[in-house]
Amino acid sequence: MSAFLPALAGGALIGLSVAMLLLLNGRIAGISGLVVGLGTDRGERRRVDAAFVAGLLFGPPAFAWLAGAWPEMRIVASLPVLVVAGLLVGFGTRLGSGCTSGHGVAGLARLSSRSLVAVLTFLAAGMATVALMRTLMPTSGVSW
Amino acid sequence: MIGLWRILAGLAAGLVFGLGLSLSGMLDPVRVRGFLDVTGPWDPSLMFVLGGAVTVSALGYLLSRRLPRPVLDERFQIPTNRRIDPALVGGSALFGIGWGLSGFCPGPAVAALSIGGLPVVVFVLAMLAGMAGHAWTTRTDAVVPEPLSSSKAFR
Repeated sequence: MSAFLPALAGGALIGLSVAMLLLLNGRIAGISGLVVGLGTDRGERRRVDAAFVAGLLFGPPAFAWLAGAWPEMRIVASLPVLVVAGLLVGFGTRLGSGCTSGHGVAGLARLSSRSLVAVLTFLAAGMATVALMRTLMPTSGVSW
Repeated sequence: MIGLWRILAGLAAGLVFGLGLSLSGMLDPVRVRGFLDVTGPWDPSLMFVLGGAVTVSALGYLLSRRLPRPVLDERFQIPTNRRIDPALVGGSALFGIGWGLSGFCPGPAVAALSIGGLPVVVFVLAMLAGMAGHAWTTRTDAVVPEPLSSSKAFR
C-alpha cells in the first residue's frame, strides 16, 4: 500500500504540470516534443522549451531538498543496452509523435483515440520486451 | 513582458513535472520495468501514476475548453491530427521496446540527468541521436533526382 500513495500523488503533480502548461501557455507538455523543440523551435518558444527542461532537471534536487532523501534510482541495464534503448526511444517517440507524457498524460486526458492507440502499443511492446527478456535470460531475471 | 511570464510558466511546469516524477517512483528504472513485468512479479503501483496524472490533466483540459484562450497566450495549440497510421503504431512499438529494455522514457531520463551520472547521460545522448536520426530520414531538403520524363506541366 505504501508505494501507491506516492505514486498517486506524484502522478497528480505530473498531471498538474501538463494542466499548467496548457492553461497558461496553451501548449501540450510532451517531453519528447519539448526536447526536440530545443533544437527546432525558434525565439521565445525555444526559451520556453529550455525553461521547462531546466525545471525538469531541477525537479530531483528540489525533491531531495524538500523530502530529505534522493529519489530512488537503480539502473541495471549495461551501457550497450542503454545505447540501443536510447536510440529506439528517441526514434520511436518521433515516428509515433509522442511518449508517455504527450500521448499518455495529455492525450488520454483529451480522450484522443490516436493517443489511446499509441499508449496501448507502447505498453504492450514494453511488456512483451520484458517478458521476452525474462524467457531468454531466466537466471538473470530482468536485471542485465 | 508577457513573454517572460510564459518562460517562467514553462520553468514552473517543468519543476512540478520533475517533482512529480521524483515522488512517483518513475525515476527508478527497476520500478518501471517491474510495472512492465506482467509475466513476473508484477508491480502495479505505477498504474496509479498514470491514473493520477490523467485525472488532473483531464480536469485541466476540461477547464481549458471553457476558456477563450490560455492565460498567457493568444490561442490553445492542441494537436488536430486524428489519423491512426503505421507511423503512430510502429513508432510507439519501437519506443515501447526501448522503454522495456531500459526502464527509461524521455521525461524521467531527462530529469534523471541531474542525479543519474554516466548511464543516464549515455541513454539521453543515444535518445537525442535517435531523434536526430528520425529528423534526418524525414528531412525535406533531400536532393531527389527528378526523372527526365516528368514535367511539372503534366502534374
